Amino acid sequence: MHHAPASITDVSMQWPTVGEVWRTVTLQAGFNAAVVVAGTALLGFAAGVVGTFALLRKRALMGDALAHATLPGVALAFIVAAALGAGGKSLAVLLPGAALTGVAGVICVQLIVRHTRLTEDAAIGAVLSVFFGAGVVLLSWIQTMPTGGQAGLATFIYGQTAAMTVRDAVLMGAVAVIAAAAATLLFKEFALVAFDDAFARVQGWPVSAVDLAMMSLVVLVTVIGLQAVGLILVVAMLIIPAAAARFWTERLWRMTLIAGIIGALSGHLGASASALLPRLPVGSVIVLVSGAVFVVSMFAAPARGVVAGAARAARLRAKIARDHMLLEVGRLSSAGPGAVRINQIARARGWGALTAWLTARSLVRRGLARVRDGEVTLTGAGRAATDRLARTRALWEAYLTRYADVAPSHVDYSADLVEHILSPEIVAELESTLPGRDAPPEGAAA
Amino acid sequence: MTAALAHPRPAEADAPLSTRPEHSADSPLSIHALTVAYHRKPVVWDVDYDAPVGSLVAIVGPNGAGKSTVIKACLGLVPRAAGRVEFWGQPYRRVRRRVGYVPQRESVDWDFPVSALDVVAMGRYGRIGWVRPVTRAHRVAALECLERVGMRQYANRQISMLSGGQQQRVFLARALAQEADLYFMDEPFAGVDAATERAIVEVLRDLKSQGCTVIVVHHDLQTVPEYFDEALLLNMRVVAHGPVAEVFTRENLVKTYGGRLTALSEAADALAHADRRAS
Repeated sequence: MHHAPASITDVSMQWPTVGEVWRTVTLQAGFNAAVVVAGTALLGFAAGVVGTFALLRKRALMGDALAHATLPGVALAFIVAAALGAGGKSLAVLLPGAALTGVAGVICVQLIVRHTRLTEDAAIGAVLSVFFGAGVVLLSWIQTMPTGGQAGLATFIYGQTAAMTVRDAVLMGAVAVIAAAAATLLFKEFALVAFDDAFARVQGWPVSAVDLAMMSLVVLVTVIGLQAVGLILVVAMLIIPAAAARFWTERLWRMTLIAGIIGALSGHLGASASALLPRLPVGSVIVLVSGAVFVVSMFAAPARGVVAGAARAARLRAKIARDHMLLEVGRLSSAGPGAVRINQIARARGWGALTAWLTARSLVRRGLARVRDGEVTLTGAGRAATDRLARTRALWEAYLTRYADVAPSHVDYSADLVEHILSPEIVAELESTLPGRDAPPEGAAA
Repeated sequence: MTAALAHPRPAEADAPLSTRPEHSADSPLSIHALTVAYHRKPVVWDVDYDAPVGSLVAIVGPNGAGKSTVIKACLGLVPRAAGRVEFWGQPYRRVRRRVGYVPQRESVDWDFPVSALDVVAMGRYGRIGWVRPVTRAHRVAALECLERVGMRQYANRQISMLSGGQQQRVFLARALAQEADLYFMDEPFAGVDAATERAIVEVLRDLKSQGCTVIVVHHDLQTVPEYFDEALLLNMRVVAHGPVAEVFTRENLVKTYGGRLTALSEAADALAHADRRAS
């Protein structure tokens, strides 16, 4: 691999003008560039679609083993073609070779998993590096051959669209369309097998055949993506768009579509950037674009995003704190005067002063309490809410001791956490199922 | 009632089980000399059983007794080391359409991006066939199945947003969508809420009244006499099988559960319960 880094570290690039950028991205920078950009975008779309199913079937890393295992195939195909006197660099020779050893790599992983006690990640790691190492050895051997000139093969490692012909790009685009179409046709079957393969088998679906079809599509996408994206990063096209898409939706068909769009966008921008800056490897730009989309998705997605999740957790914590404060005020004020000092509540619950103060303000905002001179008094609504909470907690304790096999000593702890998860419907449900709820909850366990 | 230790192996091994005297001809499920082994260690040994038509059958036994393994072996999900299983006198592959399955809830990843309705519609896939999309008629049928388990209002909810009991009901609805004559359910009552338990029992009675047979892996001895007609007491071997009233005896339960104190006290409760019902 000593030949490739020279082009990566060489930063003396000609920066394109805004006009050039616009023309390239909108496919107006000449027929060649347009075909390559469109082909890469289609490749990205297919990879997003196929990757969605591979991800959900938990086979995404298998694509990585497959991609790395294609290198010895590319080299062997070149050697065989050269030995037979044919030109070695035609894709028609190299890609079947790539597919052959790629599939062999996947089969090796499966054999190792089946016949040893190694887990799949260990098998993938071992197979991936051994095949890739074999490929590198073959490449350096090719360099010493009289036919020499293996310069074209190195592009399979990092990917390069500059060297692509229109025919290569059309082939890539066409196969990508076929792969995406096949995945769409088999949508139902893929979904079933990925969700519940045992159920699929009971229904009579040939699960291994469906898996084989899915893996074949992964092979197709990987192999046609080799020249453009390179074998190191082609797996990113399968995983990242699908993983990013998962943040935005809870429906499989939407996830598939979004992953396809993210993939197409990344492919489009990656190929455009490479057309403008010929030394820039396409694969890395594609990965950076989809990586950026992934990061944005991870943080900003409305339901599953990290920010939304943190906000939800904070709201839940605030609600739990409010409930605790209500119960505490109810308990402390039942014996004495209605007003309870915030400090006293904080001590009883082990809270800091700030938490106690914020929680009290939050109760005031909801009209559940009044605060004056550092003392909390419940309003009518607050007292009603407190009664409701106390009842819910009692119900839960009774439920847990009666129905779930929870040791009575754990009941308080569980009830404390779990009463905040109960929905009003379940509370109503519980009440109707517990005729003896007057009995003390601890007694119900005996 | 106790399973024979060794079976005579008749020469005509390929003849349907129904032709043998010990198996009845119209049984929806005939298990003969079933043995299953994991890593060469037998987990289920020499099981013989015929399920009567239209009965609710509980497979009962301690943890590790091979309850789930028996039904998985019947459905071809785990390889059989020996023995045969027939459905209405036919091998499984001929009658798949007539067999429904409720797997254990933990067997799938509930974070999968599908709605409750999508999952139930999967029960129709066998009927829909390769490549063809799920039509409106199939979705309506799936909705009706959700209705039968009281889950219609959750049809469009993503399945991880459902409680454990609701997820179990979704699996039950998916099996109903298969419109089968024989159902296998793997621990459907495990860890469910009271509402779900009631919904499942209702569906079981419903299925029975339609003449369906249901084989249920069950862990709660106390409810066996109330919910089921038949019991198969299993502890790697069949300890006893037959109508609950006959096989649910202290002696059989002690044999099934061995010396385990908790199980035995549970069994005593169950027996007392059964006695109360009988009197």
